[in-house]
Amino acid sequence: MADLFDGYPLGEQWDEMFGEAGGPRPPYTGLHTSLQPMAGEELSARADLLSQTYRDAGVTFAHAGEEQPFPLDIVPRVIGAEEWSLIERGVAQRVHALEAFLADVYGAGQVFADGVVPRGVVTTSAHFHRQAHGLVPPNGVRVHVSGIDLVRDEAGDFRVLEDNLRSPSGVSYVITNRAAMSQVLPELFADHRIQPVADYPSRLLAALKASAPPNVADPTVVVLTPGVYNSAYFEHALLARQMGVELVEGRDLVCAGNQVSMRTTDGQRRVDVIYRRIDDEFLDPVHFRPDSVIGCAGLLNAARAGRVTIANAVGNGVADDKLLYTWVPDLVRYYLAEEPLLANADTYRLDERDTVEWVLESLDELVLKPVDGSGGKGIVIGPRADEKTLAELAVKVRARPRDWIAQKPIGLSTCPTLIGGRIAPRHVDLRPFAINDGEQVWVLPGGLTRVALPEGELVVNSSQGGGSKDTWVLSPPRPAADLEPESPDLTRIEFTTADLADEPPSPDPGPANDNALAQSQQQQQSKDPAPLSPRGLGPSLWAGPAAGGDGRVRRGGQPC
Amino acid sequence: MLSRIAESLFWIGRYVERADDTARILDVHTQRLVEDPWIDERRACANLLALMGSPVPDDEADTERVLATLAFDRTSPSSIVGALSSARENARGAREVLSAEIWESLNVTHNALPQQRTMARRYGPHSLFRFVRERSAMVFGLADSTMSRDESWLFLILGRSLERVDMTARIISTRVLAGDAAPSWTLVLRSTGAYEPYLRTYRGVVDSSRAAEFLLLDRLFPRSVFAALEQAEACLAELERSPVRDAARIGVAGEAHRIVGRARTMLEFMATPELLGQLPARLEELQRTCSLASAAVTNRFFTEQAPQVWVPEGVA
Repeated sequence: MADLFDGYPLGEQWDEMFGEAGGPRPPYTGLHTSLQPMAGEELSARADLLSQTYRDAGVTFAHAGEEQPFPLDIVPRVIGAEEWSLIERGVAQRVHALEAFLADVYGAGQVFADGVVPRGVVTTSAHFHRQAHGLVPPNGVRVHVSGIDLVRDEAGDFRVLEDNLRSPSGVSYVITNRAAMSQVLPELFADHRIQPVADYPSRLLAALKASAPPNVADPTVVVLTPGVYNSAYFEHALLARQMGVELVEGRDLVCAGNQVSMRTTDGQRRVDVIYRRIDDEFLDPVHFRPDSVIGCAGLLNAARAGRVTIANAVGNGVADDKLLYTWVPDLVRYYLAEEPLLANADTYRLDERDTVEWVLESLDELVLKPVDGSGGKGIVIGPRADEKTLAELAVKVRARPRDWIAQKPIGLSTCPTLIGGRIAPRHVDLRPFAINDGEQVWVLPGGLTRVALPEGELVVNSSQGGGSKDTWVLSPPRPAADLEPESPDLTRIEFTTADLADEPPSPDPGPANDNALAQSQQQQQSKDPAPLSPRGLGPSLWAGPAAGGDGRVRRGGQPC
Repeated sequence: MLSRIAESLFWIGRYVERADDTARILDVHTQRLVEDPWIDERRACANLLALMGSPVPDDEADTERVLATLAFDRTSPSSIVGALSSARENARGAREVLSAEIWESLNVTHNALPQQRTMARRYGPHSLFRFVRERSAMVFGLADSTMSRDESWLFLILGRSLERVDMTARIISTRVLAGDAAPSWTLVLRSTGAYEPYLRTYRGVVDSSRAAEFLLLDRLFPRSVFAALEQAEACLAELERSPVRDAARIGVAGEAHRIVGRARTMLEFMATPELLGQLPARLEELQRTCSLASAAVTNRFFTEQAPQVWVPEGVA
């Protein structure tokens, strides 16, 4: 039988599936075994089914003004339990540090006084908003949702490429990818223990509710979207639907006397938490762009008055600025007194003459990124750029070095991907999503793996024609001692001698609602003979008079 | 519920019903052109276009034109393709309240339209009409089985009922106003799906006053004007239900309810011969009722100010 992976080329980069010896890496063994005997045509047929599912369900991404089905590759990406644990801790650590930094920037500014980050870096950032100064969110959380972009370098280590603390998108595809994949390749799921991703919306809702202004008993949460023409509209709608909250546009909101309300068929209703997916500049025409029609006038004042929470907070962009990125490892050490678990990519700041000169000389060996760019726009990959681009770049860099950072190119890891009926290596990255509810930072197990579909392409951004992969985080094998469920499983009826009091009751029985007592009472209950379980009711009750004694419910049929 | 979402639901109801009814009308119309040897094609097409609100001069009207205007015009919300696209666009904006299945069925319908169009060109339009009828039935069937009977459902059904009143009134008008180029009552009944229920109800021959009576007044046939008005009224009553206040002691709370109720009572309490005697006027009144009611519903539930533009104070 043909081997699906025949002729799979291994390059210099780290390959997600295959190690140096050519065999699959441990997390991929199961997947490799299942896929190997499949013919390319069969996998292609399933991939067609997969994209049909997406077209029907309208899982789309607006690219250049057109709604397109979001490309999902059929070969999943697998992350082992140990690797994941490092990512999880590393991401949480980073979020904690950045959270502390933001509180500092829009508060006391201790980090500047201590000389860790020059004040100028922050004040020259386009995303630093003086309007947000002194605006303390109710539970102290500014980064409710974040997406930390990771790549794997040639040595197989994960490195942080950038932080997204404003409104990182893509989490909806994590949820829908999983749902679609489990329909198309159910047998793969049976062979693996994959950590579920479906509880993201409920986690998000809980975090948003936790951030509501104090003294609100049952906070009303809304998702604020720019509208159906936004490229991530699908995501906004999915999150709102799965959280069971309203999806509002700016024109649905009205702010009067520092109280934000939404227009409903029953008149206006108070809004407490706004999960906004609108950029700062468009959020509030009073403070930012006066020509914005997708925001709501007065929002920021209401937030300052403590009547509404804006999530993510205004001004977060200052901490995911690509220039500030170079200081994040220092921030981790400064605020948390820990060593960063996830390293940055090797990055050069163009703040000294010497560095600028050196960068200008070696433009063809570096990756230059504009600090305010997002979505892969404006990035110049030196080794692949032509003379003209480099010359233009040199002029721009010389004119405004503050606008650029230089990075050594990372040989992004590759992952087997179905291209035209064959499996071929394509570059991937990973965006884990983290939710901060004020108590802890929870990292969604998996995150979005983006894949650059053109051969050799390094920019994986979906606005540059990238696709995605379902990302599996394997569950760690349960330690033997952990096999018993932590909470008593009430559906199981067991009674052992250990439950019997082998000593006479102690003189003090404790309070009546004592846990042990309740538990023992439940055990007592379950010990009673003839519990009212459906099976115990016998055929007579369940099957009706005409059942013929086989215990099955007969379906009524019309006499012919 | 958000006003914007309510409006979307109302219009999804209207658009899907409109696509359905238009498909039925066109299906009967194209069949009739084929089957009736004495028909004046231009007159019949011109009449149909005029009734559907897009009149053209007699000499330009032909089947091609009818199909282009009422079936395939992507830009006009009164064509089948346009209505289904608008319904889908509305559903896209209201995705978080519609059940995923309804959205999916509207989306699949919309995605299949180009292919249906090609098929219709090649094998005749019947397949398209059939497809549209089935898809609309699916949308409302899914709504029936997956939506809670809350406000969202009421707005959807309100939209559907008002559209149905309007379309049925227009279909009856094709017979009443067209003179000698008019379709027979049998065809009129068939284009509302009422032919078989009519035959079973009156057992036999189609007679003009009985057919008009059936389409206008039957309480049990769901596509009759009366039944649709009654349903719209029930939706409005439910939507406007509020604690008893002094204001609510007299009449009804909303203008839309008043308009629909008046039309319903007109049909209910006017003697049938009297009604049929001035049928053209009554039909026109019914169509006007629909647009008035729709405007009143918009006014009452969806009022939404024009997008606000914040103008910073000028420094003179």
